Amino acid sequence: MTTATETRYEAVIGLEVHVELNTRTKMFCSCAIDFGGEPNTRTCPVCLGMPGSLPVVNREAVAAAMKLGLALGCAIAPTSEFHRKNYFYPDMPKDYQISQYDVPICLGGALTVVVDGVEKRIGITRVHMEEDTGKSLHVGTSGRIHGAEYSLVDYNRAGIPLLEVVSEPDVRSAEEAKAYLTELRAIVLALGISDARLEEGSMRCDANVSIRPVGREAYGTRAEVKNMNSVRSLGRAIEYEIARQIDVRESGGVVVQETRHWNEAAGTTSTLRSKEEATDYRYFPDPDLVAVTPEPAWIDEIGRSLPELPAQARTRLVDVLGLSADRAATVVASHLVAQLDAAVTAGASAPEAANWLVNEIMGWATEQGMDPGAAPISGGHLAELVAMVSDGTLSTKLAREVLADVLDGKGSPRQIAADRGLEQISDTGALEAIIDQVIAEQADAAQRVRDGNDKAIGALVGAIMKLTQGKANPALVNELLRSRLLG
Amino acid sequence: MSHLNAKSARGLTRMAATELRDVMASGEVSAREVTQAHLDRIAATDDRVQAFLKVLDTQALAHADDIDRRRAAGEPLGALAGVPLALKDILATKGIETTCSSKILETFRPPYDATVVQKLRAADVVVLGKTNMDEFAMGSSTENSAFQKTFNPWDLQRVPGGSSGGSSAAVAAFDAPLAIGTDTGGSIRQPAAFCGLVGVKPTYGLVSRYGLIAFASSLDQVGPLTRTVKDSALLLQAVAGYDPADSTSIPEAMPDVLTDLERGIEGLRIGVVREFMGDGMEPGVRARVDEALARLEKLGATLVDVTLPHAAYGVSAYYLIAPSEASSNLSRYDGVRYGLRVEGETAEEMMANTRAAGFGPEVKRRIMIGTYALSAGYYDAYYAQAQRVRTLIIRDFAQAYTHCDVIVSPTTPSTAFKVGEKSDDPLAMYLNDVYTIPSNLAGAPALSLPVGLDDLGLPVGLQVMAPILGEAVMFRVARALEADLGFDPTPRGAHALEGVQ
Repeated sequence: MTTATETRYEAVIGLEVHVELNTRTKMFCSCAIDFGGEPNTRTCPVCLGMPGSLPVVNREAVAAAMKLGLALGCAIAPTSEFHRKNYFYPDMPKDYQISQYDVPICLGGALTVVVDGVEKRIGITRVHMEEDTGKSLHVGTSGRIHGAEYSLVDYNRAGIPLLEVVSEPDVRSAEEAKAYLTELRAIVLALGISDARLEEGSMRCDANVSIRPVGREAYGTRAEVKNMNSVRSLGRAIEYEIARQIDVRESGGVVVQETRHWNEAAGTTSTLRSKEEATDYRYFPDPDLVAVTPEPAWIDEIGRSLPELPAQARTRLVDVLGLSADRAATVVASHLVAQLDAAVTAGASAPEAANWLVNEIMGWATEQGMDPGAAPISGGHLAELVAMVSDGTLSTKLAREVLADVLDGKGSPRQIAADRGLEQISDTGALEAIIDQVIAEQADAAQRVRDGNDKAIGALVGAIMKLTQGKANPALVNELLRSRLLG
Repeated sequence: MSHLNAKSARGLTRMAATELRDVMASGEVSAREVTQAHLDRIAATDDRVQAFLKVLDTQALAHADDIDRRRAAGEPLGALAGVPLALKDILATKGIETTCSSKILETFRPPYDATVVQKLRAADVVVLGKTNMDEFAMGSSTENSAFQKTFNPWDLQRVPGGSSGGSSAAVAAFDAPLAIGTDTGGSIRQPAAFCGLVGVKPTYGLVSRYGLIAFASSLDQVGPLTRTVKDSALLLQAVAGYDPADSTSIPEAMPDVLTDLERGIEGLRIGVVREFMGDGMEPGVRARVDEALARLEKLGATLVDVTLPHAAYGVSAYYLIAPSEASSNLSRYDGVRYGLRVEGETAEEMMANTRAAGFGPEVKRRIMIGTYALSAGYYDAYYAQAQRVRTLIIRDFAQAYTHCDVIVSPTTPSTAFKVGEKSDDPLAMYLNDVYTIPSNLAGAPALSLPVGLDDLGLPVGLQVMAPILGEAVMFRVARALEADLGFDPTPRGAHALEGVQ
């Protein structure tokens, strides 16, 4: 519902995305990162903020930060620092968070998204490292800290490394924001540095939203919207917030700088805290840590060993493997590139293999609640299935049944088809006997075909398929029938 | 101190660590006898000195017995096996209350040992107990302890200095030959000077801070308090060394402070800080320092006039940097996870109530100063400006060391002051640190050693400063002067622990 009013305004949006890293240990201590442990069992004096304990930077987290930075085209700072962000909160063990501030590890990059077929470059301001907080459970009717009867804190998450990716205010619509988050998530997954689950909070996105009259350069006052836990809710929240700000302005009001909370159920945003209530974090360099100074050789090595990124994969799938742009996008977005490549290596035609991956295997995986990329089918088996269909050994219909068994781990497609007797009857001799039998039984239909009624052939084919329990090769049946009846 | 008294309890408590080590190694006395003699000494004197917050007699005797058993069995022993030590209550000891002399940590028992404590155990040092201090090491008199005041064994009406006043009083009272203190702005050297002891603040990063409860992280260092220079050298060697658990720990090896200890100072150039020799020093301090300078010259060193033009701003810079870091370091005492909790209607109120009840006035003052200095709009004028001063002081030292090998000055402007004399005047108290602070800001080593008594019979300390990792030459100078002076560390005088001697 685009109204005339809305077209007079333009949205200006910047996104802040937090990515929880899947390093073996926490950001500043050697506690194992192992989700699902009993509360407060993955802790030590350091991540509990015990008096006298000291942080030591996790080298694996620095590597992950550099991977993402290089993947986004950022410059890696030869020297970066950690600051302390000071504020009191029960789930922050030290009552300050160690975070990079004015000297982050990655600066200035970009990410390209495609919306409605149009490419859009969104600038990346920075990527920096920080530590996660614990989790509070507020017991009481409100479920929030205010009005809680009591609160429990689990520090298992405290100290898990986070990367914060800050975009330039280059995003202009909810669709672009969704495309940005989707693409960033795909990059993170390709790099293997996080499981990046928005629903579970291992990837979180806040949006800074403002509006301005079309044609004006100065930014409007922004509101920061938090608590979106899916790509879809990010889009809904931004759309709501844009409409709200337009309403405020159109009704003569002023948009105020504040933090707003997205309520998924209500589909609205509401004030969380105003600018006046914002904490003075009193950032200063953490004197317990020294500067992060990655050796140039290490940076080079990480740059050289980056995996194929989603954008590169899409281009290759179109240019080299001959997929359509849409199909390539789906294969990449659904993490099916590795399986496609394996099938192609095993000799399959890429478009055929992609068809099976997108049309069949993806749906199966979704039903199983599994990432399609994890579907248990080898490149060899997929190539074999594709070959059996194209050489007529299996009909498409039966091939689906065979695939289901392959995914169930019952063996190779050829093995399964043989065991179940599903191979098509493509033996001319065997089919001719059946064809003769059917022509004799259905003389009327046969005569109509001879008389030039081509449609009548369907009844004969149907009868043959019935007699062969669907195993007759339909193309061959057609060909043989015609040659027998029409000479 | 002679070996003739070795078997008497009094003889054992008068010995230096080096002597105790020898008489135990020779089998003349056991670790148990040494430990028991010192525990008895504490029992006899600590009601008046109040150096200890907690005496660990059971653990100490068990450790001593274990050392004796291992020695008898011919098993390997640590470098200071059986030598007793008093530990400042700022270092985490597993399962043993570690309070920082604060109500907020009164019940806190750490689940781990500080790296220094682990190293002491590896050296088989016997920890006798944990000593009183200014709350969170904030103070120069040990009057800021939430639990008790400690008195100077040289004059029980006077303070032992601070913040490591419990440790300095324990060594001065012959409760232990060794003590561990910490020094953020002079907290080892000033109490050493007040109690007639040797006290060393090592190069920043030489001794691990892991398990040292932070006051000001960029300044805090652990170091020894002893009655002899060599004991300090041995104790420093036992606790120093790279620690991967402390990111600010330096990977370089501990300087060899023993090989050249007795080499003398012939040919060394000793800088005298022009700015530190002016007004503000008590006449008694000036007299002893001047005599010490003359002796250094007599011993073959050359005195060089050097200048530290920005040192005058050191106190101001320090009292912004240290409280800023402290305001953040002490945030964690919020009642949520450990230590004191005072309930409230909300989590926020509980935190506020806990901190209001748990911190003493000086700690609160510094948290407020630090919070202000780091606030948006004030950061550049205060914290950032103080850091610039720090850089200038580091340059001053670098410049001065192009002319000399070490720099000497008084350790403190005055000798020990009376209990209560300065406790209402924070600024006068802060000026105690004027000569000691620059070394903390520069991260460089400095030592205080006794160079005589003033007219009141109170010890005067001389400070020897050296460049970063210049501990070897610093100890050499101190040892040469110690040998020449023959200072007797026994407290004496009308108000001393054991009266006129």
